[in-house]
Amino acid sequence: MATLADFKTDEKAWWCAGCGDFGVLAALQRAFVNLDMQPQNVALVAGIGCSGKIGNYINSYNLHVVHGRTLPTAMGVKLANRDLNVIAVGGDGDGFAIGMGHFNHAVRRNVDMTYIVMDNHIYGLTKGQNSPTSDRGAKVKSTPWGSIERPVRPLSLAITGGATFVAQGFSSWQPQLVKLIEQAIAHRGFSFLNVISPCVTFNKLNTYDWYKQNLRNLDDDPAYVADDRARAFDLLTRTDEMVTGVLLRDDSLPAYDELVPGFQDVPIAHQAPPSRAEVEAMLARFR
Amino acid sequence: MSATTRELSWKIGGEQGEGIDSCGDILATVACRMGYHVYGYKWFSSRIKGGHTHYKVRLADRPVRSATGDLHVLVALDQDTIRIEAHELVPGGLIVADAQFSPKLPEGRDDLRLVEVGFTQIAKAAGGILYRNMAALGATAALLNLPLAAFEDYVAKKFGRKGEAVVAQNRQALTEAHAAALSALGGPSPLHLPPADGRGRLLLTGNEALAIGAAAAGCRVFAGYPITPASSVMETLVDLLPKVGGVVVQAEDEIASITMVAGAAYAGARAMTATSGPGLSLMQEGLGLASTAELPLVLVDCQRSGPSTGMPTKNEQSDILALVYGGHGEAPRIVLCPATHEQAFSDAVAAFNLADRFQCPVIIASDLALAEWKATVDPDDIDLDAVRVDRGALVSQDELDALGPGGFHRYEVTTTGVSPRSVPGMAHGQYLATGTEHNRFGKVSEDPTNRVNMMTKRLRKLGAVDFPGASVEGDPTGTLALVAFGSTYGAVREAAEALNARGIGTRHVHVRRVAPFPTAELEHALAGAERVLVIEHNATGQLRALLQQAGVADGRLSSLLKFDGTLLTPDEVVATATLGAAAETAPQEAIR
Repeated sequence: MATLADFKTDEKAWWCAGCGDFGVLAALQRAFVNLDMQPQNVALVAGIGCSGKIGNYINSYNLHVVHGRTLPTAMGVKLANRDLNVIAVGGDGDGFAIGMGHFNHAVRRNVDMTYIVMDNHIYGLTKGQNSPTSDRGAKVKSTPWGSIERPVRPLSLAITGGATFVAQGFSSWQPQLVKLIEQAIAHRGFSFLNVISPCVTFNKLNTYDWYKQNLRNLDDDPAYVADDRARAFDLLTRTDEMVTGVLLRDDSLPAYDELVPGFQDVPIAHQAPPSRAEVEAMLARFR
Repeated sequence: MSATTRELSWKIGGEQGEGIDSCGDILATVACRMGYHVYGYKWFSSRIKGGHTHYKVRLADRPVRSATGDLHVLVALDQDTIRIEAHELVPGGLIVADAQFSPKLPEGRDDLRLVEVGFTQIAKAAGGILYRNMAALGATAALLNLPLAAFEDYVAKKFGRKGEAVVAQNRQALTEAHAAALSALGGPSPLHLPPADGRGRLLLTGNEALAIGAAAAGCRVFAGYPITPASSVMETLVDLLPKVGGVVVQAEDEIASITMVAGAAYAGARAMTATSGPGLSLMQEGLGLASTAELPLVLVDCQRSGPSTGMPTKNEQSDILALVYGGHGEAPRIVLCPATHEQAFSDAVAAFNLADRFQCPVIIASDLALAEWKATVDPDDIDLDAVRVDRGALVSQDELDALGPGGFHRYEVTTTGVSPRSVPGMAHGQYLATGTEHNRFGKVSEDPTNRVNMMTKRLRKLGAVDFPGASVEGDPTGTLALVAFGSTYGAVREAAEALNARGIGTRHVHVRRVAPFPTAELEHALAGAERVLVIEHNATGQLRALLQQAGVADGRLSSLLKFDGTLLTPDEVVATATLGAAAETAPQEAIR
C-alpha cells in the first residue's frame, strides 16, 4: 500500500505561505493513500495559474497543459487508458474564464474523471485581477471601481448541465475535503469538486475568516440528501453557493466510456495495431 | 472531334441540392469498376440548396490526377449550366440537356451538338423526379459509349436491398434515357474510349485514404471539429475506429480537439486530429505544448482558401508558412506534404512513426483537392507490407524497476535529442509533462543553462528526420525545373510530360516535406536547372519563400501562383513555362 511519502516530490512549493492550495495538495495526497491508489496509475492534468503548479509536488503522472484546457486534455488521457485515475485540477480563471467553453461539455459527456477547481475568486499568478468568481463590486487591479459583472456560479452550472457528482469543499476543513475528494474519485462518471482555496496575497475580501463566517457545512445538516437535482439547485440559489459538502450524486447515468461503440476493456494505449486483413477490409469498402 | 481519345471528360451541372454529387459519384464508380482511371472533382459552395454547381469526371486509360480545361460531354440540368460551362467544350463537343427547360446552344458555338432528352419526363414516368439522375446517367452512357449494362449492374448492387421495384424503376430511367439519347443523336456517339483494362481499383478521396492509413498505423483516438474540407477524415474514422477498439470524438472546438489528442498521446495512444485553416489557427497553442512537452501527435491540415473564412469550399495551399512557423515561440514540428491519394495513406502511417520516433507533433499538409476529390488507386500501390509501427524510444518496465523511485529522467539530454519516454501506468516512470520550460525530470526550471540545453535538445531531434524531402520525375537533367507540392502533382506531372515531349527538358521536383526543410535534397534536385518555376496555390509564394530562406536555387526562381479558387490545370503550367523569362514581367495577376 502506498504511503503519503510515495505521493510527494522533493520540490518545494512556489505558493505563498498560507495559500489555500497547500490544503488541497495535502488533502489530495491523503485521499490517494486512503483509496489505496498507486502513483503510476494516477494521471493528474493541471491547468495554468498558481493551482496548476500542483503537479510539481505530487508524485504521479502529471500533464501540465495549455491555459484553460485541462478538461479536454484529461478526457484524452482517460480515453487512451481507461485504467488510469484521471484528475483534472486548475483554478477559477482556468476553469471558468478561458476554459468555460469546455466545462459544460465535460459535464454533459460524463467521462469517468474528477475535476477539482481551486477557487480563490481572484487571479493570483498574474497578481490580482478580477476572476469570473469574484464578487460583484470587488475592487481589484482590473476593476478599481468594483466589478460590474455578476460572478459565475459553477456549482449551479454543473447541476443544470447534468453533472452526476457535484460538491464543494474548503481547504481549511481538511477532514471534510479529504472525504469529498475520495467520494469524487470513487464516483463512476464526471465528478466536479469546487474547493474554496483562499489567496492570502491578493484577495483581501474573501479571506479565511470571511469564508468561515459565511460558508455553511452540509455535514451539519443531516436533513439534506444529495439525490435531487432541483433540491440542490434550490439550495445553491438560496445560499449563493456558500455551502460545503456533496450537493448532488446521481449514479443512475452511464459514464461516457460505457456508451462508446466498440470500446474495449483493454485500454487503447495497450492495444495492438490492426491486422493486415483488417486494413484490407477497410480498403475493400472503396472497390 | 477524333473518334477515339485516350481520355474523355464529362461534366454535369445544375442547382446545388439536385443530386449532382451522386450523379458524378455513380459515373466515377461505374467507370472505375470497368477498369478506367478516373479523377472526379466538383465546384460547390458553402450552402445546402441552390446556386450553380458542377461535378466533372475525367475518364482515361492511364492514371489522371488533375483537373483539365477540356470537356467532351456536358450534362445540363438547366440553361445556366450551358451558359456557364459550354466554353470548356472542345470543338464538336456534346451537350445533353433536359428537354424540360427547352435548352439552347450558346451563341457562336455552332460546332457543338445539342442532344435533348426528356430527363424530367422519363424520371416521372419511372416513378418520380428523383430518377432524373438515373436518366442523366443513361444518356451519359450513350454519349460516352459506355455499356449500359455497367450502369445496370451498379443499380442492382446499390439498390438491391431496397427491393426489386426500386431497382426496376432506376433501370427504367437508365434505359429509356439511353435509348432517347441514341435516338436524338441519330446513331451511336462519335466518342470512344480505348477498352478498359478491367482491373479492380479503389475509388476514394485523399481524406479516405489518409484515414485508412491512420487506422492502419494504429491510430485509436481521433478528436475533431467539423470543418470543410477536413470533416470526411472524421466521418471515415467514425466508421473504422470502433471496429478496432478506437474512439472518435466530435469535440466542442478545435482547441479541445488538439488538447484531447495531446492527452491521449501522453497516455500512450496513437492520436490524431484533422482540421482546416480556421481550426489550425486555434490549434497553434496546443501544437506548441506538444513540441515542448514532447508529445507525439498527428495533425492533418486540409488547406482551403483563407485567411479567416476565406472561400471555404475552394482549394488553396496558403497555410504552409503557418504550418512551419505558426504559433508563438520556436516549436519544432515535422510537416509532410502528401501529393497523391497513395501518399495520403502512406504519409499517415509515416506521420505516426515520425511522431513517436521524434516525440513531436507531425503535421500532414493536405489540401482541399487532395482531401476531397476522388481518384482511382491501384490496390498494389497501397503497400500494406510497408506498414510498420515504430513507437520510438520507450523505456521498459524492467529498466524503470532497475532505476527505482526517482531514478527515471524523462527529459534526459541525449546526443540525438530524443529521450526514452514512459507512459502512465508504468511504475517508477512518473514524470511531469509541461509546456513550461522544465529540467530533465520535467519539473519547471528557469535556469539559463537548462533552458539552452532543453531548447537545443528539442531542436536537435529534427536533424535525423529521414522522410524524403522531394521526389524527382521527368528529365532529371532538364534545364527547366517545375517545383510544386501537394495536390498539384497530377497537373505538374502532365505538364512536365508535355514539355519534355516538345523537347523542352523539364524536371518535376515535388516537395514532400517542408519541415525540417530538405535544403540539401532540393539543392541536389535542382542542380543544373537554369530556370526554377515554383508552382503553388497561394498569392505570396510561400514555398518560394522557404526556398529563398534556405538559399536554394538563388536567382533562378520564378513563380506560378494561383489563388482564384479553381484547380491548376496542366495547360496553365505549360503556358507559363513556355512564356520563358517573359513570365517574370508578364502583367498577369497570378504570375510574380
